[in-house]
Amino acid sequence: MGAVIENNTINGKPNQDVFSAALLELAEKDRNIVVVTSDSRGSGKLVAYGQKLPEQIVEIGIAEQNLVGVAAGLASAGKKTFAVSPACFLTARALEQIKNDVCYSDNPVRLIGISAGVSYGALGSTHHSLHDFAVLRAINNITIVAPADNFETTEAVKLAVKLDKPLYLRFGKKAMPLLTDDEHNGFEFGKGRVIKNGNDITIIATGETVYPALQGAEKLAQQGINATVVSMHTIKPLDAELILQLAKDTGAILTVEEHSVNGGLGEACASLLLQNNYNKPFKIMGIPDEYTVTGSQTEIFDHYGLSADGIAQAVLNLLQT
Amino acid sequence: MVMTDKQLAERSITYRKKILKYIVGAKAGHTGGSLSCIDILNVLYNEVLNVGPQNFTSPNRDRYIQSKGHCVEALYVVLADKGFFPESDLETLCKYKSHYIGHPTKKVHGVEQNTGALGHGLPIAAGTALAAKMDKKNYRVFTLLGDGELPEGSNWEAALTAAHYKLDNLCAIIDNNKLQITGTNAEVCNTDPIDAKFESFGWAVRHVDGNDVNALKEVLNTVPFEKGKPSLVIAHTIKGKGVSFMENSVKWHHGVPDKHQYETAIAELDMEMANV
Ligand SMILES: Cc1ncc(C[n+]2csc(CCOP(=O)(O)OP(=O)(O)O)c2C)c(N)n1
Repeated sequence: MGAVIENNTINGKPNQDVFSAALLELAEKDRNIVVVTSDSRGSGKLVAYGQKLPEQIVEIGIAEQNLVGVAAGLASAGKKTFAVSPACFLTARALEQIKNDVCYSDNPVRLIGISAGVSYGALGSTHHSLHDFAVLRAINNITIVAPADNFETTEAVKLAVKLDKPLYLRFGKKAMPLLTDDEHNGFEFGKGRVIKNGNDITIIATGETVYPALQGAEKLAQQGINATVVSMHTIKPLDAELILQLAKDTGAILTVEEHSVNGGLGEACASLLLQNNYNKPFKIMGIPDEYTVTGSQTEIFDHYGLSADGIAQAVLNLLQT
Repeated sequence: MVMTDKQLAERSITYRKKILKYIVGAKAGHTGGSLSCIDILNVLYNEVLNVGPQNFTSPNRDRYIQSKGHCVEALYVVLADKGFFPESDLETLCKYKSHYIGHPTKKVHGVEQNTGALGHGLPIAAGTALAAKMDKKNYRVFTLLGDGELPEGSNWEAALTAAHYKLDNLCAIIDNNKLQITGTNAEVCNTDPIDAKFESFGWAVRHVDGNDVNALKEVLNTVPFEKGKPSLVIAHTIKGKGVSFMENSVKWHHGVPDKHQYETAIAELDMEMANV
């Protein structure tokens, strides 16, 4: 296991920026890659892509249902299609197109949900996606991925081109530091990445909550509590093997996600664990089922304890039960 | 209070200054689109709508639903001016735990519907207008759409519903500033001709200079344009209107002025005020 890079010693970029740079590089070599946008190329950091590869970008206008339908058609005709739109609109408004035209009809659209979770902060709930894992988990034939850092994002984009199956990739716009400099800690869809080892508890986090989970684990280490931290970037298919192994090896499980506590990573883990007779302490952290507090993404995270301190405190509470 | 034409025009300038002030305070906001639609909101709330803090709970009040929810700053300054809440509340715009967020919500007194995802205002407005017909009430429903929002299919579905149910108590206004985020509407997704499309859907359509308060007053006070038909006002506006360096520039869709830009903008608006 490589050393964990200290907070702020390496400032990463927003995963969104890394996504677009990686996609541009791939698309310059593979002329069959096509990006479809809904007045979203600015927020998707695809302005440079549009300038360099004007033949490989299709602008739809503000019409997300149409975006996904057109993307399904392009994909059916052999285009390696990336439909890029804010996660909130992509997975709510265009849900039926995702269910029928992408998943059910098996058209390999790569759905890219940008500014996911509560990235849009004080723009409010219309712009938050706290439902996307839940609704997409209930649809057959789609892989759901939330990369945590720039490395995971780049790898995910490369794999997305190869996968050739319906895929949902979601990330935010905050700069994300690298989780680890361990070169051997590779990235594969459906396989969680163990970022840190410890026997007392396992923290299974995803997307932009992995970093605060890791910071929380570092704080706990100073108090003699050793946590395993997993970046569970793939929500579906879930890495059952790893979770069940860690369930045996460690004393408790805490899940953390930038999503409603209903229907996301936490409940996916709970379902797996309960059906495998897990009986140790378990808790789901996420955004509770209430009118979401208003503020920036960081303020919302802090409010609901999705911060280093909040996660460390949740671990202490859980271990006392 | 009955306003003179001069007072009405001055009111728009005052609103523009406040929009900029609170966007600068919040370090966020939709500057260009708020400046383009403020004359429309000014005329609606001061000259057309039968709604205010006193009758906001009355089932007979006129309704205003802002489909282009991102331009909430324009709505906030007008609602504050009408006395729905103290203007000082806007100092909390976009701050932790403030109800004054970047899109309209019913947590703010005077707001009818929570909007922000585009393409929702017209269907809700049609439903509200339909309820008036069912209950034989006289209230009217106005909704404001962005021109970039027209490609959302829900608008066209609602356009059918409104004509089908002969909702002549419904008036949709398009803030036709010809720009969205990526570029011009024509570049992103051409929707022209808007008038012929709506007419063919069974609507009565009028064009107006959407930054001219007198022209707006005249046209908005003549709805319904035709008995038995929903009314559409295509308001030709300038995105960023009133601040020279913001006008007709996509950059200012959600651009926030820095200190110098803010001072320049206020100086320009003060100059305009002196010349009304
Ligand atoms: C369903 C939906 N898709 C995308 C967005 C993001 N968005 C906010 S404003 C905007 C551009 C709107 O353009 P226009 O309607 O012309 O508004 P205006 O120029 O008047 O500000 C976009 C794409 C949204 N709010 N809702």
